[in-house]
Amino acid sequence: MSSQATTQPQPGRYLAYAWRSLLVSIWFAILTFPIIVIRANTITGTITWRWHNIGWIVGGTFVGSWIWRYFLERKRAGAEATMGPLRQRLAAARAVVTQAARRPAVARGGIAALLLLVVAFPFVGGMYQTNIMTTALLYVVLGLGLNIIIGLGGMLHIGYIAFYALGAYSYALLNLHFGLNFWLALPVGALVGGLFSLAIGIPVLRLRGDYLAIVTLAFAEITRLVLENWSSLTFGTAGIRNIPRPAIAGIRLTLPQTTTFVYFIMILMVVLTIFVVNRLENSRIGRQFVAMKEDFIACQAMGVNIARTKLAALGLGGMWAGLAGVVFAARTTFINPASFTVWESIIVLCTVVLGGMGSIPGVITGALVLILVPEYLRAFAQFRMLLFGAVLVTMMVFRPGGLIQKRRRAYTISAQEKQVAAEIGDPGIQG
Amino acid sequence: MVLDVRGLTMDFGGLRAVDQVDLQVNEGEIVALIGPNGAGKTTFFNCVTGMYVPTAGTVTIARPGTDARQITRMRPHLITAQGLARTFQNIRLFPEMTVLENVMIGRDCRLSAGILGAIMRNKKTVAEEKQVVLDSYAMLEIVGIGRWANETAKNLPYGAQRRLEIARALATEPFLLLLDEPAAGMNPQETRDLVALIRRLRTDHQLSIFLIEHDMSLVMTLSERIYVMDYGKLIAVGDPGEVRRDPSVIKAYLGEDVSA
Ligand SMILES: Nc1ncnc2c1ncn2[C@@H]1O[C@H](COP(=O)(O)OP(=O)(O)OP(=O)(O)O)[C@@H](O)[C@H]1O
Ligand SMILES: [Mg+2]
Repeated sequence: MSSQATTQPQPGRYLAYAWRSLLVSIWFAILTFPIIVIRANTITGTITWRWHNIGWIVGGTFVGSWIWRYFLERKRAGAEATMGPLRQRLAAARAVVTQAARRPAVARGGIAALLLLVVAFPFVGGMYQTNIMTTALLYVVLGLGLNIIIGLGGMLHIGYIAFYALGAYSYALLNLHFGLNFWLALPVGALVGGLFSLAIGIPVLRLRGDYLAIVTLAFAEITRLVLENWSSLTFGTAGIRNIPRPAIAGIRLTLPQTTTFVYFIMILMVVLTIFVVNRLENSRIGRQFVAMKEDFIACQAMGVNIARTKLAALGLGGMWAGLAGVVFAARTTFINPASFTVWESIIVLCTVVLGGMGSIPGVITGALVLILVPEYLRAFAQFRMLLFGAVLVTMMVFRPGGLIQKRRRAYTISAQEKQVAAEIGDPGIQG
Repeated sequence: MVLDVRGLTMDFGGLRAVDQVDLQVNEGEIVALIGPNGAGKTTFFNCVTGMYVPTAGTVTIARPGTDARQITRMRPHLITAQGLARTFQNIRLFPEMTVLENVMIGRDCRLSAGILGAIMRNKKTVAEEKQVVLDSYAMLEIVGIGRWANETAKNLPYGAQRRLEIARALATEPFLLLLDEPAAGMNPQETRDLVALIRRLRTDHQLSIFLIEHDMSLVMTLSERIYVMDYGKLIAVGDPGEVRRDPSVIKAYLGEDVSA
């Protein structure tokens, strides 16, 4: 690829794109020829040639590829520097919003409005909507938990769903055998999730990147297989039925009431998660996580105990999955290993990546988008995976930091403190 | 004596990168380790700071006023906590963190807040965090980059990045500072400023300094004693005048300008 830093693509360039796009579309036509054009009818033994399809493929790929190239080029040319009118307006709007949000009255109003929306939602939206939202909130908690491991700690963990499963099964089984109620199961689930996360963390302390990803992926599959095959304990693929819903002692709730109740439990859990993750992030612990992610060699050379930091991230992350698992089991009243496939892990991973690694609002947005959009786009159900893949690839190319990117915190040092420090300091580098 | 290395040897498979090296640094001294590319200088540093586990030999340190203790085979973060701090030949900052946060990581081994403290944000943790910010900022002022405190580290000018590495190392409260080619990539003016900074660090902060450097004028003006390595072996030790005249050093550096 040429690296000429032209600010605007020139006319000659469009031609060059067109040529490349044409090549791409021809290549695509050849690749897809067997499935798109030929249709063999095995019963009658005839072959239909659907030549018109090739027109669609070539045309579609050509246009798609051309647009792709155009945007890629613009991105490379540093489109930030030469903002188009749309971007300018967006930036202006953002400035207005951030300005307004700084005013306490506006901020208070915003929080009140959000609170009202959250509280009113189940009563306005009805049971169906409330259920969907509860699912999304479960993924918000999962996303924020995994964010501790991936977004802050920089460990590519693909087996996260295993801790969710373990949380769910701890509640289901402890309830079945010992009658443990939902409220007591919550801390137990968190503990189980955290401890298992630590347990698999210890042997993989030395692994990083892809190796860690493979091992954790395997761990998730092993967990699922054990749940499937250890029938005497887990009832295998048949799963566990009639898990009690969350209840308040003595009060019988109808199904819609329980749905609303679970929704509010999840809201509280999300608030708790945000609170804890935010505090962790802005503390010595969060700083260690990020430093470890950025450069683990420098980090340990500066006196940070890497092993302990890794385990802290894994343990803290696993806890949220265990906690969410308990709610999941209580809400669906039925669990079996099929709910905890690697695919679920990937979705949680995607919420973190799409939203913005290490950014709390980012992960929340990511989870809501990834869970809600497919629910409301049932019509496109068969293209779901395709859309999913396309969106992720596009994101990685054009906005690798995620939808809402993490900004590091600025610390304020008072003028007086600066004065004190400057007196012992170096005049430093001029300029 | 703050650092005493005896018979240090490091093998990588069949390659002996460091071969039976004895080396001492006395309290308040500025000592340089020089040698051609690939002589094993960085490897020697890595063995002393625990990044590599040496094949043979011992490393003993003594914080002035305390007893000597052996740190061979100790893990790097513990060695740092003992009072040895280093910088890297290829700058290794935390690029996406702010300048101040980079230094705060250096303070880390002197902090005690745990997970519970972070979540509860109790008085002790809050006070500790506040102190860390101030202490770290003071480190930035010491090396003269305070104005960039809230800048993202990767956006700093090159010379300032090198200084940030020094500030981060200082934050660990070392008695011995190990600098791996601190002047690499700097222009003559920046190098002169760096020499002044290193001298000032030694006097103001009671540091001993052990540095690797290719810039001969810097080495000759700054260091009191020089060790010369070639192919993993020590080939000369002495003050700058002695080393400059040493025939084996001249031979090792043949083609390079030692007399500068
Ligand atoms: N991790 C490693 N694995 C294998 N060989 C290594 C490793 N680190 C260094 N070496 C080898 O050890 C020898 C010494 O390398 P070292 O980096 O210590 O040299 P140096 O004196 O610091 O050189 P320079 O002046 O170029 O920084 C080289 O031959 C190098 O290839
Ligand atoms: Mg080196």
